[in-house]
Amino acid sequence: MTDRPLTLREAVLLGAGGLAAFIGLWSLLSTTGIVPRQFLPTPLDVASRFFQLFTTPFAGATLPMHVASSFQRYAYGVVLAAVIGIPLGLLMGWFRLLDDIVTPIFDGLRFIAPIAWVPFAALWFGTGAGGPVMIIFAGAFPPCLINAYRGARFVEPRLIEAGRMLGTPNLRMILEVLLPAAAPSIIAGLRVSAGLGWQSLVGAELIVAAAGVGFMMVQAQGSVQTTTVMAGMIAIGIIGMLIDVLLRRAEAWLRRRRGLEA
Amino acid sequence: MGSISFRNVDKTFGAGAIKALEGINLEIADKEFVAIVGPSGCGKTTCLRMVAGFEAASSGDVLVNGKAVTAPGPDRAVVFQQFALFPWKTVRENIDLGLRNKNLPAAAREEAIAGALRLMSLESHADAFPHQLSGGMQQRVAIARAYVLDPVVLLMDEPFGALDAQTRVVMQEELVRLARRNPRTVLFITHAVEEAVYLADRVAIMTRRPGRIKEVLDIRTVRQSENWDSHPKIEDVMDLESFVHLRTHIWKSLREEKGFRDV
Ligand SMILES: Nc1ncnc2c1ncn2[C@@H]1O[C@H](COP(=O)(O)OP(=O)(O)O)[C@@H](O)[C@H]1O
Ligand SMILES: [Mg+2]
Repeated sequence: MTDRPLTLREAVLLGAGGLAAFIGLWSLLSTTGIVPRQFLPTPLDVASRFFQLFTTPFAGATLPMHVASSFQRYAYGVVLAAVIGIPLGLLMGWFRLLDDIVTPIFDGLRFIAPIAWVPFAALWFGTGAGGPVMIIFAGAFPPCLINAYRGARFVEPRLIEAGRMLGTPNLRMILEVLLPAAAPSIIAGLRVSAGLGWQSLVGAELIVAAAGVGFMMVQAQGSVQTTTVMAGMIAIGIIGMLIDVLLRRAEAWLRRRRGLEA
Repeated sequence: MGSISFRNVDKTFGAGAIKALEGINLEIADKEFVAIVGPSGCGKTTCLRMVAGFEAASSGDVLVNGKAVTAPGPDRAVVFQQFALFPWKTVRENIDLGLRNKNLPAAAREEAIAGALRLMSLESHADAFPHQLSGGMQQRVAIARAYVLDPVVLLMDEPFGALDAQTRVVMQEELVRLARRNPRTVLFITHAVEEAVYLADRVAIMTRRPGRIKEVLDIRTVRQSENWDSHPKIEDVMDLESFVHLRTHIWKSLREEKGFRDV
């Protein structure tokens, strides 16, 4: 194998090949009955259920409606994580004292899986909108904070010196030197946040009673509708990928603007 | 006014492990252009960083205008070897930052920026980002950014070290024009002997580590009596016997310092 980058054609071929093999194996296992059908539905059943859910409601809403309601809570959780995590990370990167105060607490808290907050989310917010937002927030917050902090901490020292030599006050230093210098790291963190937040979604929706992809899946599980559960999984996968692609593009755009290689 | 004084300055790094400077004494008068030459690692950058306020002396005093330096500030503008421009700011915005920090009104800033751009022939690149410019152009921006602050002293650490030979010559000639037209106190670090002799009023020669000042040469009398500044081109000055003589003297002095490499 050489290390040369793949051409688009090769990348598409290889990707399609992998997907075909995956679906082939899945078909083999499910249609031959090696795995009983009620445990593993066939790809065709899942696909038809997936499209059926666009028009036929399940658990009170169609799939796009579930997705929309999930996405709204997701957006709240991730935006809240970014709005708190990024400024806090930058401030910690600039003010040593704040770093020394926050880091020990944060280092302990960040190893708690988002799902572990479910009991408290339920306790504090009941079935209100705050609960799931809090779980998503718990998943999305650490990468926002860590990447903003690291980005700010590892700005080239000579740029900080240049800023200080020019008499730049603290707030301006954070906004015009640390923030742009940390931007690539922050966007990388947002990508991880967006991914973790989206992953936390199903767990978050265990405690909402109204709508959402996770809610739909939990309801389907209750009535052993494996095709519906898998349709939900596919929706989660596709949307997760779309979010990642968008943020990757943002990252590439930023790097190009900076004159770094894409 | 912009004098710089080093009084019995020692500098030790890392709990006494590395003694970088020992007993540095140097007085630089207002509007004087002093170059420091010395073997690499002898502590030239450390001297400059102490005046800039990035580093504190371990003992002794570093004074600017008779006052001890405590922190960096726009009265002591620095031109870094690696330019240190903000990659996310355009040329204009890079130059503007220091002016905004001084809370100058927009009109005054506009005027100062236009002047700085003209001074460094950067008018047509005002809205370019640093990475779109050549090394020489980037260093012009760094010089413009420093000059526009109207600093009391200008600190330049091998500012042309990263440039190719031709660009370097152009920048040296430009700096001489600038320094003669608009004289101010300059502390200029280099390890290129000819550059030091061509640019400076006085050249301080340092020993290898721990760095001490070995000798200070006054170039001014020779420059004036031999009329160096009447030659617009650096190579013509470098051909003059008076220039060669001074250069060779410094050269020999440095050769005694083991570990000296010239470019
Ligand atoms: N921050 C630092 N920590 C430890 N040692 C340093 C530091 N800065 C410089 N030194 C050491 O001090 C000596 C002088 O460095 P420097 O002033 O950069 O030399 P020059 O600019 O003449 O090449 C070198 O031996 C260098 O390794
Ligand atoms: Mg140096």
